[in-house]
Amino acid sequence: MSEDSSSFLELDSITKKFGDFTAVRDISLKIREGEFFTLVGPSGSGKTTMIRMLVGMEQPTSGEMRLQGRVLNDVPANKRPTCMVFQSLALFPHKSVGENIEFSMKIAGVDPARRRQRAEELLTQLRLPVNYYDKGVNQCSGGERQRIALARALAFDPQILFFDEPLSALDFRLRKTLEKELKDIHKETGKTFVYITHSLEEAMVMSDRIAIMKAGGIVQVGSPHEIYNNPVDKFVAQFMGEVNTLAVEKAGARSVRGQADGATYQVSRMPEGFTSGFLIIRPEVMKIGKAAERLKNRVKGVVFNDYALGSRIQYQVRATATNEHWLVERLQDDPYEGKVDDTVSIGWQPADSILVSE
Amino acid sequence: MSASRHDRVSWLRQPGVLAALPAAIFLLLGFAGPLAMVFGYSFMPPKTFSLMQPPTVENYISVFTDSYYISFTWSVTLAAITVLLLFPICYPIAYGMAKLFGKWATLVTVLVAVPLLISENIRLFGWVLVLVKNGIADGSLQTLFGVSMSGLLYSVPAIVLGLVYVYLPFMLFPLVIGISMIPDTLKEAASDLGASRWQIFREIELPLAMPGILIGGILTFILALGSLAESKILGGQAIVMIADDIESSFTFAQNWPKGAVLSVLLIALSGIIVYALFRRIDLDQIIGRR
Repeated sequence: MSEDSSSFLELDSITKKFGDFTAVRDISLKIREGEFFTLVGPSGSGKTTMIRMLVGMEQPTSGEMRLQGRVLNDVPANKRPTCMVFQSLALFPHKSVGENIEFSMKIAGVDPARRRQRAEELLTQLRLPVNYYDKGVNQCSGGERQRIALARALAFDPQILFFDEPLSALDFRLRKTLEKELKDIHKETGKTFVYITHSLEEAMVMSDRIAIMKAGGIVQVGSPHEIYNNPVDKFVAQFMGEVNTLAVEKAGARSVRGQADGATYQVSRMPEGFTSGFLIIRPEVMKIGKAAERLKNRVKGVVFNDYALGSRIQYQVRATATNEHWLVERLQDDPYEGKVDDTVSIGWQPADSILVSE
Repeated sequence: MSASRHDRVSWLRQPGVLAALPAAIFLLLGFAGPLAMVFGYSFMPPKTFSLMQPPTVENYISVFTDSYYISFTWSVTLAAITVLLLFPICYPIAYGMAKLFGKWATLVTVLVAVPLLISENIRLFGWVLVLVKNGIADGSLQTLFGVSMSGLLYSVPAIVLGLVYVYLPFMLFPLVIGISMIPDTLKEAASDLGASRWQIFREIELPLAMPGILIGGILTFILALGSLAESKILGGQAIVMIADDIESSFTFAQNWPKGAVLSVLLIALSGIIVYALFRRIDLDQIIGRR
């Protein structure tokens, strides 16, 4: 059966119910061969259930999963050509680093010398010292254990590698390092990676494409760029991090009216059939002080506080009319000319805002 | 820090030492004391009741030259058989209690534990009623199938049945704890990496449940090694186990020193077996604590 590369792994109307509760609702998705695909969603969005069905630890209530055209539903977990890196890593505590990595090869009956050679290759590839082979897994640090879990999964030589939030327990700096390493390993191996996380930021760094999940369904699928620039709704926009959201209703062909302040704001594009929704403006496109004075979309407010964010500096401005909190960012070396507690104008270009329905 | 006179006595006033004191005194009087007395009696001349005689190894010589090795061998053999039967019987039940039964596990626990409230002898007499000639088992077989099984009671298999029955909880509960300590994700990971159910059992479950298996095995082995009621009540005159010999030395034969020697040898045997096991098997290593 020939399949084009656009549907390497295909999910067709997958639904999973636990009693009355629907964890995954009618999900259809096509994952391409060799891509880094990430499912993002808050806890309870169904992403873990989805991945557990894909590796064979749960059965879908309805729908079909196909890998290269072959139906996966009834294939037991130990017969699927896929492998997962667990959130808890699930390293075998009674086995050494080498024995952990070699586990799948031992099960498959690969001879010990060949196994050891492959395990040592993987240790090297994952930037672990080869003499870790005989070390106990519990003697290794968090980052090392992470790499061992990945090596163990790679040793299985899966057609798809699944990741269940493996980085969530690590501290910020180590997580950032491993995110990049993971992306490098994806490139080196050329394998299909399917990753789940609750952090869109993490997904952005690594993924070729992202699917955003909410309450068991998929809200949006696209490249990080597409999702960043065109979030389909307020949920997606806010999920990406700090944004200014303003509840608005349609005022004209290219304008909306703020529901709280009654002021009119220009937009560059009006979605078809829009009546009311939200205007989304990122803090980094907001202008403050002199830079905002000649803009059409303006709000007056008081600078309440400032926060140093490293390369940027963020201001919290409280609108005089509505007391709504606005966030504005400037580069660290180009701060706003005024002071905290000053009354200022803040504003944005119509093209820098995004208008979404509910 | 220099060890001043004050430092040397202050350890006595530490909360840990003080808190341990009542238990320590109790153990000293109720456990170590009697053991020391048994040890002392084993060096007294035969058939004496005083600890004040000049010590002698006469009893040891007579025990080693007599045929006590037979009852020792019976005890060790039956204890080993008991452990080997209990493991496969208890493992599936323990697995169910730890992983499958959910809220019903409590009911099973109660069902297994409640008989412990009844005297072991009374429960064994219950088995006598089942196994005795024309008893429940024999009578039912006669009525239903017309075959007679009159030789059930007073045999080695009857003793083994009694040992397995009485010591089942002591294998079961350590196994439940051992099995419940294995995270399910480890088994899922093994399955994900291609392992079959049998391979998961051999590679993951069994080694990780080993602390529970060893504790259950040692506990039931030691208990069965010192058992008395099973061989007397269900075995009749079929065989003599070592605890039987010890009892008759102290009571019927009125030879305390000989009973003491047999006791010391039984304690030494148990101690050597446990020590050898723990020397060879490092529990921390097995479950990856080290």
